Amino acid sequence: MSEAGGAARGKQEFEDGLEKGDASVAAFESHEKTVLDRLQHFLHGNPTMVPVIVLLLSIAVFGFVAGGNFFSAFNLSLVMQQVSIIGILAAAQSLVILTAGIDLSVGASMVLVSVIMGNLAVKMGFPAPLAIGVGFVCGMLAGTLNGFLVTRVKLPPFIVTLGTWNIFFALNLWLSGAQSIRSQDIDATAPLLKWFGESIRIGGAQFTYGSILMVLIFAVLWYVLNRTAWGRHVYAVGDDKEAAELSGIRTNRTLVQVYAVAGLVCAIGAWASIGRVGSVSPQSFQEANLQSITAVVIGGISLFGGRGSIVGPLVGALIVGVFNSGLRLAGVDVLWQVFAIGWLTIIAVALDQWIRKVSA
Amino acid sequence: MTKHALLKTTALALAGAGFLGLAQPAAAQDVGACLITKTDINPFFVKMKEGATAKAEELGISLSTFAGKVDGDHETQVQAVETCIASGAKGILLTASDTKAMVPVVKKARDAGVLVIALDTPLEPIDAADATFATDNFKAGELIGQWAAATLGDAAADAKIAMLDLTPSQPSVDVLRDQGFMTGFGIETGDADRIGDEDDPRIVGHDITNGNEEGGRKAMENLLQRDPDVNVVYTINEPAAAGAYEALQSFGKTEGVLVVSIDGGCPGVQNVKEGIIGATSQQYPLLMASLGIEAIAKFAETGEKPEPTPGLDFFDTGVTLVTDQPVEGVESIGTDEGLERCWG
Repeated sequence: MSEAGGAARGKQEFEDGLEKGDASVAAFESHEKTVLDRLQHFLHGNPTMVPVIVLLLSIAVFGFVAGGNFFSAFNLSLVMQQVSIIGILAAAQSLVILTAGIDLSVGASMVLVSVIMGNLAVKMGFPAPLAIGVGFVCGMLAGTLNGFLVTRVKLPPFIVTLGTWNIFFALNLWLSGAQSIRSQDIDATAPLLKWFGESIRIGGAQFTYGSILMVLIFAVLWYVLNRTAWGRHVYAVGDDKEAAELSGIRTNRTLVQVYAVAGLVCAIGAWASIGRVGSVSPQSFQEANLQSITAVVIGGISLFGGRGSIVGPLVGALIVGVFNSGLRLAGVDVLWQVFAIGWLTIIAVALDQWIRKVSA
Repeated sequence: MTKHALLKTTALALAGAGFLGLAQPAAAQDVGACLITKTDINPFFVKMKEGATAKAEELGISLSTFAGKVDGDHETQVQAVETCIASGAKGILLTASDTKAMVPVVKKARDAGVLVIALDTPLEPIDAADATFATDNFKAGELIGQWAAATLGDAAADAKIAMLDLTPSQPSVDVLRDQGFMTGFGIETGDADRIGDEDDPRIVGHDITNGNEEGGRKAMENLLQRDPDVNVVYTINEPAAAGAYEALQSFGKTEGVLVVSIDGGCPGVQNVKEGIIGATSQQYPLLMASLGIEAIAKFAETGEKPEPTPGLDFFDTGVTLVTDQPVEGVESIGTDEGLERCWG
């Protein structure tokens, strides 16, 4: 290095320090220092890949551990049936969480709507399409109420939906008398209510209309969120409400609309749930709100709003379903299934935090 | 609600007046009693209230009823007990939401000379109340176990049994019914206080239903995945049984599968009548409450407290097998009679 010049007139004393310096040419700093850094950076660009990888891995692992029963096309389609209702609620939940909110009332509003549909069609003899229509309107109203309280009365979404969760639950018990409407009575008077329970067989797999509906809802929401102005507004409001406001978005209106659409999605879920459960069951889905949040979180949508793909929660719901099914078929006690899902949730959020910390 | 209460008061007053007419004077009129249920919405407690109200009218007892807002609403129940003590009631009929936390306030009531009878749900410890009027849940399970075994006959030796239980926490009603069924069927249960520790290969597995249709369906699907040849299904209650039937239907397996259950609610008995459930053990909330009122009347008159059923630590209010396919050696009633006595 310094040999050439130094040879001519000998090495000067003050040049000694040079030897220790960095001799490389100036360059941009590289992100890709280690495999881990590279992974972190990749995931930051493609956050949905985390749940997808976890899903594929867990299917592979449980296929190995729990054996052929688990890996059959029939069982995998059964998992889809089992998560369909929570999946639909997770779609509604995602919309709200993308705006940095949370909706604890999704399950209760869904059950309430299913009771309204059942009461109208089965107990009071109205035509089923009318009962379903009224149910949809009630679902939207329930969501609008949440949105109104969040934007106009300016209460935190957690508190608002904690309240409406209880209110909807009480109304549900009042309207139903805590008594289920039997499957056989629905068959006799309003079989349309159970339409989503019908299924088509493809090879060994059995897809109910309900599980197809779940995928459709996610597809529509994906389009709306990514390809329409309204969808971009939702992300903007969630990312930074004030900035969104300043850039001309009517944020409160967007928020109310988000809650109303979430309510409608829950109402659609209510119709599907009658098909799934077979009866109108006021006691079912009591933890559906928390399960939907779990699916959203595992699906990689940030609870701080504005970040994450709507496809994630679908994958998140499937992961929970795969875990439950796999652990059951492996003969694991129920309480350890609960345990596993708990850890899964925490790891998912920790992973999300780690990805966010990527050096930009 | 108010109108209802008003009607009831009027009815009570009328009943009281009737009694006075029969010259059974003041004594009866002075006796007050309280009924405290977990909620006043669940059909089971509605029936309980009905039984208590009718019996109180008959005996000329003035009855006040209280209920928690939801199952688990302990505070409201404590306040109700305190109100009853203050009102000078002679007896309290109680279905406690929190069976342990209720004990201190129950002690306060007993110290004040009030007769406390636990209905349906024993306190912990059970002797914290003066008496407990409840269904023998072990026997309820045993009856459907015996019925299933007798119906299968020789095939019982290689039955494939799915057990649809309540929750992961295994509350006592869950354990008693589950273990009772196995005992009735002739299966060695292992530790009688624990679900799922038996090693009989006929048990395909246990899963939880939360006592509702959705859980019943999912649990049945899971156990069918574990073994598609399931031919006996035990369910903790009738909503779970209805859900299990949906799963069997979607698997195309309703033929040749026995579904048994416990409760005797009206929709459940209707399902027995229609062949969806093979047999169910019926319990009698109305009877628990009316016997409770009678016991309070007797206590007010003579100071005598009710005795437990011999061999048990509570008073057994009875459980009856309801089925349209009776078997030798297991007493049962048909669904028509079951529907007359059902609740909800």
